[in-house]
Amino acid sequence: MKDFAQLIKKLDSTNKTNEKVAALTQYFQNANDADKLWTIAILSHRRPKRPVNTTLLRLWATEISGIPLWLFEESYHIVGDLAETIALILPTSEEHSEKSLSEFVSEIIELRTLPEEEKKKYLHDNWLALNYFERFVFNKILTGSFRIGVSQKLMTRALSKATGIDEDILAYKLMGDWTPEKTTYKKLILEQNDEDYLSKPYPFYLAYAVEDNFQEDLGPISDWSFEHKWDGIRSQVIIRNDEVFVWSRGEELVTDKYPEFQNFLKEIPNGTVIDGEILPFGEGEIQNFNTLQTRIGRKNISKALLKKTPVILNAYDLLEWQGEDIRQEPFSERRKILDGLIQKINSEEIGIYLSETMNFETWEAAAAERDLSREKRSEGLMLKRKDSPYLVGRKKGDWWKWKIDPFTIDAVLTYAMRGHGRRANLYTDYTFALWDEGELVTFAKAYSGLTDAEFRQVDAWIKRNTLERFGPVRSVTPQHVFEIAFEGIAESSRHKSGIATRFPRILRWRKDKPIAEANTLDDLKALIPK
Amino acid sequence: MKQPLLVFNEKGIYCQKADVYIDAWRPVDKCIVTHGHADHSRWGHKQYITHTNNVPIIKHRLGEISVTGKAWNETFTINGVKFSLHPAGHIIASSQVRVEYKGEVWVFTGDFKTEDDGLAEVYEPVKCHTFITECTFGLPAFKWEPQTEVFKDINEWWATNKSEGRTSILFGYSLGKAQRLLKHLDTSIGKIYTHGAVENMTEVVRENYKLPKTTLITRDTSKEEIKGNIIVAPPSAHGSTWIRRFVPYVTASASGWMTFRGARRRRAIDRGFVLSDHADWEGLLSAIDATGCEKVIATHGYTDIFAKYLREELGYDARTEKTQYEEESAEVDKKIENED
Repeated sequence: MKDFAQLIKKLDSTNKTNEKVAALTQYFQNANDADKLWTIAILSHRRPKRPVNTTLLRLWATEISGIPLWLFEESYHIVGDLAETIALILPTSEEHSEKSLSEFVSEIIELRTLPEEEKKKYLHDNWLALNYFERFVFNKILTGSFRIGVSQKLMTRALSKATGIDEDILAYKLMGDWTPEKTTYKKLILEQNDEDYLSKPYPFYLAYAVEDNFQEDLGPISDWSFEHKWDGIRSQVIIRNDEVFVWSRGEELVTDKYPEFQNFLKEIPNGTVIDGEILPFGEGEIQNFNTLQTRIGRKNISKALLKKTPVILNAYDLLEWQGEDIRQEPFSERRKILDGLIQKINSEEIGIYLSETMNFETWEAAAAERDLSREKRSEGLMLKRKDSPYLVGRKKGDWWKWKIDPFTIDAVLTYAMRGHGRRANLYTDYTFALWDEGELVTFAKAYSGLTDAEFRQVDAWIKRNTLERFGPVRSVTPQHVFEIAFEGIAESSRHKSGIATRFPRILRWRKDKPIAEANTLDDLKALIPK
Repeated sequence: MKQPLLVFNEKGIYCQKADVYIDAWRPVDKCIVTHGHADHSRWGHKQYITHTNNVPIIKHRLGEISVTGKAWNETFTINGVKFSLHPAGHIIASSQVRVEYKGEVWVFTGDFKTEDDGLAEVYEPVKCHTFITECTFGLPAFKWEPQTEVFKDINEWWATNKSEGRTSILFGYSLGKAQRLLKHLDTSIGKIYTHGAVENMTEVVRENYKLPKTTLITRDTSKEEIKGNIIVAPPSAHGSTWIRRFVPYVTASASGWMTFRGARRRRAIDRGFVLSDHADWEGLLSAIDATGCEKVIATHGYTDIFAKYLREELGYDARTEKTQYEEESAEVDKKIENED
């Protein structure tokens, strides 16, 4: 654990990518295989299941510390991180534990099955056997994921340096639903194995947003293939060995959530992997993303729900064909095969459609198509270089997204909550309201969009203008107007305002506007596409 | 009803009987000043009373003012009210103010810490009935390590940076924290360079305190001569153009707020050392206990939470008062600069 804690400390104490990679590389060169495997797992968000709920963690930590629970809660609101709060309030310890990361993780896995009293004893003993930072890391493993500014890409780069294995190959090996409990470092990283191959997805290729005046940099427009940017769930559908696997972009196996895709087996041959977007589809057309929300969170997909919100796969790329990885083929070739496949089969019957590709002769014509995005329920256009291979991860150059401008509305700040992580102890999570018959009605929450300096300014203002406190939440004097941007809008019975917005964020602080000039709920409703 | 010995009004902490203010935040006629930080020694009072060693410091900050210096424990009586200053241990020449009238004793701590930092006069517990205390770090999450440990880390950090050919830049407020850092840096590792704000204040402090040699960075100071050495600078220098000329460098901040991961990450500082000139949770509680007081008034910091704890868990008659010293309302990043 000492070495792993040391690694986390190093990663945490620099914001320079090279230093992070160097620290990780060094760790991967020296750690034992079991620790390496768990480090990879934890940094790719595959932590063991939580063995103890957080209520008990709080309770036991306060018992050891001798402070009342309310004081713990107050401290937690200010520290902004549970693992950190527990590590801080426990009595300091001069003890050292020689147990390794993997030993700790094995014990944590085992802990789940133990009776409560033994759990308590285990935590008590181990908390007091670790120094502050080790304790913090231990708590992080117990409670949640590590957010330490290490992306999977960065970790893969370090692992590549330490092992000499190509980064893209490693990225592929690390995909899928492996867990350290069922594999070994050797098997996962070093060996060639076909066993897990069956369900394994390819790393997704992700696009960057276009930059200003991008048209000049992209070369002849005839090099580019255009599509609408569909607003659904990016997915990879694998058909191998008479089985269907559906992966989300978050590398989650979501096959069970989309039982309708089992129909693909009827028409699509084994050895096919399709990249596309899961979209809600009814009455012959794409529906609003909001209707998909009702399916995303559900564990069990009932027949009624399947009938109410059917989905389709809008296919836009083919990664594997006849059992061959064809990612290095040019996009135009891959699309040719994909288009041929979809046209040949009873595609509508099994719920697979093609994301139509378009060619434009001028940027003006492309822009005109982009203007139709809202009508077509897309978020804008995708630009794909016709001769480009399918790359790994987010890379600049071959795929671009050219999104439409977001919806915007001017709203009043009404509530604030302290942020987490690097915003701990600062009021950065805001609730916004719009006018409705002389009252301010809450319509959205937003946490991003201001600069650090602006957040500090708003934070200081909030602390001086608090009306009431409800635990961590403060209501504030309605005084400031912010322009809120969002991507989508739909009616919703789950929201007080009757409206749900997608990805709301702060566009700017309208210091020039008095609250009387903020928008009304009716203004917001008028934005809903008819 | 009897008027309390000290009240909090719109100008500051006021003793009506003596017509004297303590650490007033608006201009007044006569003001006792606990220490040299800007939020406690404001501009514009007609007459200042403070510890002798603080006289050159506030004169440096406020210019030509009318100021009387007092020694530790020296009683001065104004209109029958007895006043005396006692070390607060916060920074060099920082005082607590003891106020006594007809056998009733109040103590105002100003800012204080209980640990001996090897430079500031060590905090002295003063018996009283009512204790007015700061509680900047009044949460159980704050627990300071002994400073010998912290300075071991700081010096190791410097030595490592030097071995990697990099310059170390350590941020600390120019009065108090900067001199405490200077005092304990291991000069066998290299030379100490200073930012102008730190150098000027340190020069003033040297009148009464012994500090290691420092070299002011000027326009002529070359990058090569600084390489591997350490620079002590105020936090405001972070991210400035002034700093960019020292590449390759590593930054660190020494402050109680460095307890929070978030506070350090937000400022994009490479390393945070938890080193504060305020009392931690245990320090606050032990200080209160040592005064034998019955009443506690919490002024700046996590006052509501701290006072609630004193009332509900320890049975004190505790309440809060608003002041214009560093409060919770000041956001953390500013606090990093002003805390000391």
